Amino acid sequence: MRLTFTVNGRKQEADDVWEGESLLYVLRERMGLPGSKNACEQGECGSCTVRLDGVPVCACLVAAGQAQDREVVTVEGLADFAKQRDEGGSASGTSLDEAKRWQSKPGETGTAAQRLAPIQRAFIDAGAVQCGFCTPGLLVAADELLERNASPSDEDIREALSGNLCRCTGYEKILDAVRLAAARSEEAV
Amino acid sequence: MDFLRPASWEEALAAKAEHPTAVPIAGGTDVMVEINFDHRRPEALLDLNRIGELREWEVGEETVRLGACVPYTRIIESLRAELPGLALAAHTVGSPQIRNRGSVGGNLGAASPAGDSHPALLAAGAEVEAVSVRGTRMIPVEEFYTGVKRNCLEADELIRAVHIRKADGPQQFSKVGTRNAMVIAVCAFGVALHPETRTVRTGIGSAAPTPIRATAAEEFLNSALEEAGLWDSGQIIPPAVARQFAELVSGAANPIDDVRGSAAYRRHALGVMARRTLGWTWEEFRGNERSARCA
Repeated sequence: MRLTFTVNGRKQEADDVWEGESLLYVLRERMGLPGSKNACEQGECGSCTVRLDGVPVCACLVAAGQAQDREVVTVEGLADFAKQRDEGGSASGTSLDEAKRWQSKPGETGTAAQRLAPIQRAFIDAGAVQCGFCTPGLLVAADELLERNASPSDEDIREALSGNLCRCTGYEKILDAVRLAAARSEEAV
Repeated sequence: MDFLRPASWEEALAAKAEHPTAVPIAGGTDVMVEINFDHRRPEALLDLNRIGELREWEVGEETVRLGACVPYTRIIESLRAELPGLALAAHTVGSPQIRNRGSVGGNLGAASPAGDSHPALLAAGAEVEAVSVRGTRMIPVEEFYTGVKRNCLEADELIRAVHIRKADGPQQFSKVGTRNAMVIAVCAFGVALHPETRTVRTGIGSAAPTPIRATAAEEFLNSALEEAGLWDSGQIIPPAVARQFAELVSGAANPIDDVRGSAAYRRHALGVMARRTLGWTWEEFRGNERSARCA
């Protein structure tokens, strides 16, 4: 079947999608967006967390056809998504090519997709990234938390990230990163 | 495989009648796991996401008509007062990501004995609204479960909603697992006090082939509370009565040994949960009674 949906602000189309395929498979294998990670395929680990019409979900548990005509934000589009949210303004979106060429270039200016979302910056600064496998899912989940709740308590953070497993960090640095991002956004106001 | 995408409830019923083997998919938190692991290869998936009314609920005089696809997140946010037991149970489901997608309709459709909503539905009292092109059936939830992951839906029926009795007294839910998030229940217990009818109802999860009520425990407690006049006096429940209630709840279970826990552990844990949750709800009931009298 053909699937038409919006990914990171841009209309995308995929053909010959198998009816039992997951949204995660479409994103990784058909869109060439490997940011959302494929680990447990059963909603246990959260490493495939994306926003579906704004709602954080496990992309492995969304049937591809269920994303028809809906909006998906992945970690590749997070910087642009956060920028739009902070500055208002119209959606430029992140193209697949931009996303594929993406490299972190701290300090440099570039397109929105090349810059980092505040939560990404905070993860780096707090040392919350080790092997990096769980990071994309955690970034999407943490960004959504701060969107809803600009100054979350530690309990709020733990609850919001309870569906994301990390086997490297022991979580402390991740909690630090979310606190850091929240504190920076408060300073900015 | 076919992917059926009805845009309305009528279309969904027609599609299910035409494709009785089609598997309904809402949040996908069960169905997609089975497909991802190749445990199941249905001839067709019937996507219910486009039917907005399934994500709505109506609060009536005596019941809440909860649309089959209302996500757990909404129940926690919006129905805590009307459905406290279910809201507590919903909070123990998976993770935020899972609660954003999973629903009570899906829990009923999957009919896993470990489904978190079942004990709360059994304790509160609920009916499943099962609909087909032939018409609508209201099925008391205790008759809905027929075996491990089996329910009494006909091949052409879909769950439209669940009608759950609004709380008329305190309710509690308790679940045993290895951590607070992402846990399939080792066993679970729900209890609801119904002061209007002076009855107590229970629900046991993950400790029998289907979710069940502990009927003997309910009957024992109902008469013990009545005989001692406790609904009127608001005195504490004598420890011997609470103990007997807990033992009867334990005895109602018919658990198995599996990777999550042994049968003996499940029986023991159920007794502990029954005693504790009864204590919590009764204390809340006494508190309410006292403040009502003061007012």
